[in-house]
Amino acid sequence: MKKFALQDHELVPTHIILISEEKEKVLEEYGVGAAQLPKIHISDPVIKDMEEVVVGDIIKIVRESPTAKQSIFYRLVID
Amino acid sequence: MSLSHKDLLKRIDELPLLQNMKDALHDDLAEVEVTDEEFEAIARQVVEDFDRAQVVPCEAVGVVAAQSIGEPGTQMTMRTFHYAGVAEINVTLGLPRLIEIVDARKIPSTPTMTVRLDGEYARDRDLAREVAWSIESINILHLGSIATDLAEMNVLIELNEEVMAQRKISVEEVAERLSDVTKLAVGRPDDYTLTLTPKEPSYRDLLQLVEKIKNISLKGVEGIKRVVIRKEGDEYVLYTVGSVLKEVIEFEGVDPARTKTNNITEIAEVLGIEAARNSIINEANDTLREQGLTVDVRHIMLVADMMTCDGEIKQIGRHGISGEKVSVLARAAFEVTVSHILDAAIRGDVDYLKGVTENVIVGQPIKLGTGHVQLVAKR
Repeated sequence: MKKFALQDHELVPTHIILISEEKEKVLEEYGVGAAQLPKIHISDPVIKDMEEVVVGDIIKIVRESPTAKQSIFYRLVID
Repeated sequence: MSLSHKDLLKRIDELPLLQNMKDALHDDLAEVEVTDEEFEAIARQVVEDFDRAQVVPCEAVGVVAAQSIGEPGTQMTMRTFHYAGVAEINVTLGLPRLIEIVDARKIPSTPTMTVRLDGEYARDRDLAREVAWSIESINILHLGSIATDLAEMNVLIELNEEVMAQRKISVEEVAERLSDVTKLAVGRPDDYTLTLTPKEPSYRDLLQLVEKIKNISLKGVEGIKRVVIRKEGDEYVLYTVGSVLKEVIEFEGVDPARTKTNNITEIAEVLGIEAARNSIINEANDTLREQGLTVDVRHIMLVADMMTCDGEIKQIGRHGISGEKVSVLARAAFEVTVSHILDAAIRGDVDYLKGVTENVIVGQPIKLGTGHVQLVAKR
């Protein structure tokens, strides 16, 4: 059986885990608490594919946008 | 002195603009030489124009999106069972499909997959057909005929040698699979004939056994009822009736990165919530475009974002995205007014008048547009 990385699929944008300094910066920039961010489940297939993601982490998602070419989105990892 | 290319790149990147605007700005400015002051002036103008082009704060974007998708929806055909491009494959389109998407149905009424193939497989028709046959679920009727022998009280299966070779399945495999599922001994009077005898010699059991055997999937992916090959540009693409993404992407010859299904829930399970969001946008856009309607993709993106922001797909139902409204008055204004108010009174609910409907009811300015702005005195 061949294994392919989910993030290679054309429907799946790039998911990047943020380190804590970056986390602070993002929350400050948007002026929100972590709980107010959109969510992603820890059981999400892409998250399961990534290593060392724990509940409470923030995932940066670099989307290909039809209107802005590239747009950045953040999701909080929840249970 | 004009800016060096490296400086230009850095300065553009720091501007609060969208990526495609930065690219356009860079492309234009790379051709001409600009000085520091000139760049400042250009950048200021562009940023200013961009600010003006954006949605203003407190704009009711949700309502605008709802109307922008809803109005073209009224022009859509109510019932379209179309053969979307692919001959013989029936795909739900038009309004029923759009409703299906926003309702976040677990299984669409016509699940179908677009299977793209890897390298050689995509170019060679014979290889593509091989993949198609390995995916397609086959039952006994594909391989031969089935009959009942009332004198012997058994089921007689005659297999076609040619088809068996083509589909790469042996008589032994068929016999084994049949006995596994039916828990009956399979007789083999000659090379391409199989017999099964029900435990009780009853006519009803015999007929039931025939039906059961017809439903057994002998090879391929169970759930993929048919596979159609179609040439698109210079590659062969498979379209399926039925959708089992998880299994199909693991097949030899299938390009997992470009294989899709129209079942959004399945995408969320196999590829994650972000892929599901993209899929909602694509499916909704394709459905509208197929009907000759153009809705700005931003409205659809907003809908897709709202549907996926909790990490799972939420439906947009009659009560909006969030399901139940918090406000008693807002709920009472919609349906069964008395029971809502009565229930709220019994429970001692409080209405904080945060939403639009309840403020309209009590005659206060609603918190939208200029109504949301408040003045704060500066000390």
